[in-house]
Amino acid sequence: MSIKFDIFKILIGDETDRDYKNKPVIIQGMTGSFGSTHTKLMKDYGTNIVAGVTPGKGGQSFEDIPIFNTVAEAVESKSAQISGIFVPAPFFLSAAKEAIDNGIKLLVAVPEHVPIIDSIKILEYAEKRGARMIGPNTPGVIVPEIMKVGIMPAKPFTQGSTVVFSRSGTLMYEVSYTLSNAGYGQKFCLGIGGDPINGTNLIEAFDLIKEREDIESIVVVGEIGGDAEEKLADYIISTTFSKPVVAYVAGRAAPKEKKMGHAGAIVYGNYGSAESKVSNYSKANVPVAKRPGEVPELLKSKLKK
Amino acid sequence: MKLLEYQGKELFKNYGINVPNSYLAKNIEEAKQGSHRIGFPFVLKSQLTVGGRGKAGAILKCNNEKELVEKFEELINKEVKGEKPKTILLEEMADIKREFYLSLFLNRTKRCYSIIASSQGGIEIESVNNKVIIDLPDVNGISSELASEVADKMNLNNSEKNTFIDLIQKLSKLIYEKEAELAEINPLAILDGEKFVALDAKVIIDDNALFRHDDLKKYEELSELESQAKNNGFSFVELDGDIAIIGNGAGLVMSTLDMVNDAGGKAGAFLDFGGRATTESIYQALKVISKVDKIRVILVNLFGGIVRTDLVAQAILNAYNDNTIKVPVFARITGAESEKAQELLKNSKARLFNTVEEAINATVKY
Repeated sequence: MSIKFDIFKILIGDETDRDYKNKPVIIQGMTGSFGSTHTKLMKDYGTNIVAGVTPGKGGQSFEDIPIFNTVAEAVESKSAQISGIFVPAPFFLSAAKEAIDNGIKLLVAVPEHVPIIDSIKILEYAEKRGARMIGPNTPGVIVPEIMKVGIMPAKPFTQGSTVVFSRSGTLMYEVSYTLSNAGYGQKFCLGIGGDPINGTNLIEAFDLIKEREDIESIVVVGEIGGDAEEKLADYIISTTFSKPVVAYVAGRAAPKEKKMGHAGAIVYGNYGSAESKVSNYSKANVPVAKRPGEVPELLKSKLKK
Repeated sequence: MKLLEYQGKELFKNYGINVPNSYLAKNIEEAKQGSHRIGFPFVLKSQLTVGGRGKAGAILKCNNEKELVEKFEELINKEVKGEKPKTILLEEMADIKREFYLSLFLNRTKRCYSIIASSQGGIEIESVNNKVIIDLPDVNGISSELASEVADKMNLNNSEKNTFIDLIQKLSKLIYEKEAELAEINPLAILDGEKFVALDAKVIIDDNALFRHDDLKKYEELSELESQAKNNGFSFVELDGDIAIIGNGAGLVMSTLDMVNDAGGKAGAFLDFGGRATTESIYQALKVISKVDKIRVILVNLFGGIVRTDLVAQAILNAYNDNTIKVPVFARITGAESEKAQELLKNSKARLFNTVEEAINATVKY
């Protein structure tokens, strides 16, 4: 299943590329209030947004970015391979399908409340066509100081050699901010998404970066619900993963059988509990911070070893 | 959305899955009426979403009208794991020959649907060793080959086997058409005459798919506060303590809850108003919280960046000015215009902090 997928090649390219660090990106749902706010912020950050897609609004433009009715038209001139999807959840299935059908290789699925069956359908569809989905319900991806596709604020992120993978949006900002303040900049940050089904799960995220020598360490921000952290711990053990990993898990004090904001953040019995995650991490020798502010200290001592 | 047993059974019935005769009663008068329809003896089953009803004494056998009055009264007032029933199901007794387990569920790890079946039913599936687990290859239903692969392992005779295959297919149709995360029958019983009957029903519907299932919306039972929160696009969970925690992002609010707990405080409400923090959304969040009587202090943890802090301060000020809130608000707000924010709240009961630790300390000590 793990097709070789070089996310850096797609996001920023090779030094020999004419559009190195300037890869074209399209935004589906650019004219909505959310889509337009963040299109401007992404553009200001340096993302090369070449087109927007909103059915029925073709021919208009926003911030000098042309808007098209279809993805086919939007990708035509610049052959964009990245799409930031900002459409409302009920339209996600058709928007994502259209993107994949027209050669998009990386879908950053921002909408919250996408029905689970729609996510599974897109996952199957993307897999068959060599595309990758991040999200849904993700804050997106950022290569600090170069580009971002998503809704994260710019301030928490600085360039460096650690990587942050997070199941929560605001905690990704919070943890990256504490890391940046402590001098640990990031090579790359990726929001896994708060839904039960993730287009790119933690293990796949690790696979995306495991061979890169310019990445020194990984910070995983998790939360209660599911067994992504447990599976990641197994993966770290079974692959004898060698880069230092530090984790944080939110939701220790949350009650059972209650959905804590994210559709995926729910504990049934011991399944999905913080204790289960922390104990599995400890088997994999991954220290778990008690609060976001503790992450840099743990990383520091892990890097010393 | 977790359906109550009787709701799940209504769905089962619509899909041709056998369920026992039953009658739903809100009060003793209705229960008496129901008893005439069903006839003694029967079982009284408290309609709760929490599990472990049997062990908790929320399912009782009932032999005559005297018992009915006593036991109905007992059950309708009985709280199990913090939940009180609104209705009691009267259900005919089942003459069980054999019990099975059957469920279809969303397998988060494998990102597909999976089926679990066992010829040992009636007990928690986690404690059963002898079970079949098969992942379904796509979301187009289950093939009869795959269904018969499952049925083969259930120790059934030929005619039972065919009924079982049919049952699996009905359940998978239900799962996909109604967009359920789980449909579990435990126990699934063979009664006299080789008939399979679902004696219990546990169905969880994908909340995010409800917009295209008008027929299921009637099952949604939100408290006034929950529906107010939902209408605003917030996630709200009521808890046991007296501190309300508000923030932008589920993870951040959960993390704040943990830290409050570590500092010795007890959260009474969890409210995530989502990524789009505006003056209005923060004001509305405070409005929802103001309806929770036990709240003594409100802690706002906001990771700024996109929202301006003076707009947050303005929301808090508005909520004080029109008396929406009366309790103190302690807020951790980072980001632009924070001096202006401090100035706005100078004469109010609100205090702003730069770090979450400071805000939590002040909250817990208050």
